[in-house]
Amino acid sequence: MSLPLDLHPVLASFGGAIDFIFNPQTSNVTGGKDVGGFDQAVELILAQLQISLYAMALSLLVALPIGLYLGHRGKGELIAIGFGNAGRAIPELALIAFMAAAIGVGVLNLTIALAVLGIPPILTNAFVGVKQVDRSTVDAARGIGMTEFEILRKVEIPLAIPTIFTGIRGSTIAIVATATIAPLAGVESLGDFILNENVYGEDGVLAGAILVALLALTLEFTLAGIQRLLTSEGLRLKTT
Amino acid sequence: MASPALLAAVGEVGGDFFKERTSETLPCQAKSGELFCWDWAGENIDRYVTPTLQHLELVLISLAIGFAIAFSLSLLAHRRAWLRPPLLIGTGILYTIPSVAFFFLLLPITGRGRETAIIALSAYTLQIIYRNTMVGLANVPASVKDAARGMGQTDRQILWRVELPLATPEIIAGLRIATVSTVAIATLAVFAGGGGLGTQIYGGGNLDFLTSIIIAAVIVIAMALILDGLLLAFQRLTMPWRRAAS
Repeated sequence: MSLPLDLHPVLASFGGAIDFIFNPQTSNVTGGKDVGGFDQAVELILAQLQISLYAMALSLLVALPIGLYLGHRGKGELIAIGFGNAGRAIPELALIAFMAAAIGVGVLNLTIALAVLGIPPILTNAFVGVKQVDRSTVDAARGIGMTEFEILRKVEIPLAIPTIFTGIRGSTIAIVATATIAPLAGVESLGDFILNENVYGEDGVLAGAILVALLALTLEFTLAGIQRLLTSEGLRLKTT
Repeated sequence: MASPALLAAVGEVGGDFFKERTSETLPCQAKSGELFCWDWAGENIDRYVTPTLQHLELVLISLAIGFAIAFSLSLLAHRRAWLRPPLLIGTGILYTIPSVAFFFLLLPITGRGRETAIIALSAYTLQIIYRNTMVGLANVPASVKDAARGMGQTDRQILWRVELPLATPEIIAGLRIATVSTVAIATLAVFAGGGGLGTQIYGGGNLDFLTSIIIAAVIVIAMALILDGLLLAFQRLTMPWRRAAS
């Protein structure tokens, strides 16, 4: 046996983590109270989804109208694109820590901090998606007597759906991923398992990481499926 | 400044961090409502040098590895269309797994340290660079390739002398996105024991110390902007014809 990597402890670690997800374990710091197990795992998954949902709702509420409006007018490229680029440069750990320390912990503050990360992708993609709709198509719509709002709703948005939805997907994944460090802002999430090794042990930390990864992947694949359904058939192109 | 609620909340996360608080941070801490303590920053700025260099090193190594792998994969997939769906899905999965989770998933395999951070960070860049390179190659007009073939160029010559130079703007655009994201995400390397500027936010009792959080964040954002600017300058220098055209 001359494997470069001894697989046995690795498999044991992952086995222990999976056991932690399904069966409560004894912990030496909670005074005999069991930790982990299926019920707590589900509870924390739901907690992470809940805070992500709040942040997503706020991001959509802010970014979608602005992005669609600017795209329709074809103005504010610098804001819409620059904002998207700037968003990527924000270190999420610093953002959450800053919000928690400067304004305070809690669901509302964390929602705002997560929305700061969620807004840029939606704004940029809504803007780009609407703006790149063929101008002659828009002129034709105007020619048959559609109002500006009808043009946006019946022509531009349907054609821009793939791009808009790509932004929503990116934003969702960024928010759910960052919600992992929600406990730093005093809000429950799967990050509880990951960041509290003294309570949950190595198995708990790894179990948390597995659940976070699965949660993000499940959401990504679900959203990709929804995106396919929402895209009108004529627009479904082969991806590179 | 640090509300008892925050101390309690953070105390749950990692009780040890507050024990390490150095005494020189205390005078600033004691002033309530202080957002940024200039005196402390002036005296302690040198303690950010090593983390900054570590951070830069993490980013540059991860980008180099990520670029080498993603670029090679693109060249493979360029000639073999059947590789494209599995590569897109594979890199997509690596891109989607949240970095914090990725670090902890690697711990049992590679242990705590810089290597673990570099593996996760380079894995994250693959999709961005791969996808942009493929888009760049796909955007090369067929007529240009035909012309090159008509001049007697082989497939290899067409790739290196025609297709890749024409795809460079997209490739660099991908590299810029990957760079800016990696600089930000490398802050999380602290969770993998990988060092970097994250240590000045999360470690050593800094978590409720706004001055340190702000200094680290400013350095991270400045690093992202500078590297982004350098890549843009590189693109302008190597492709003067694009500037003339636009």
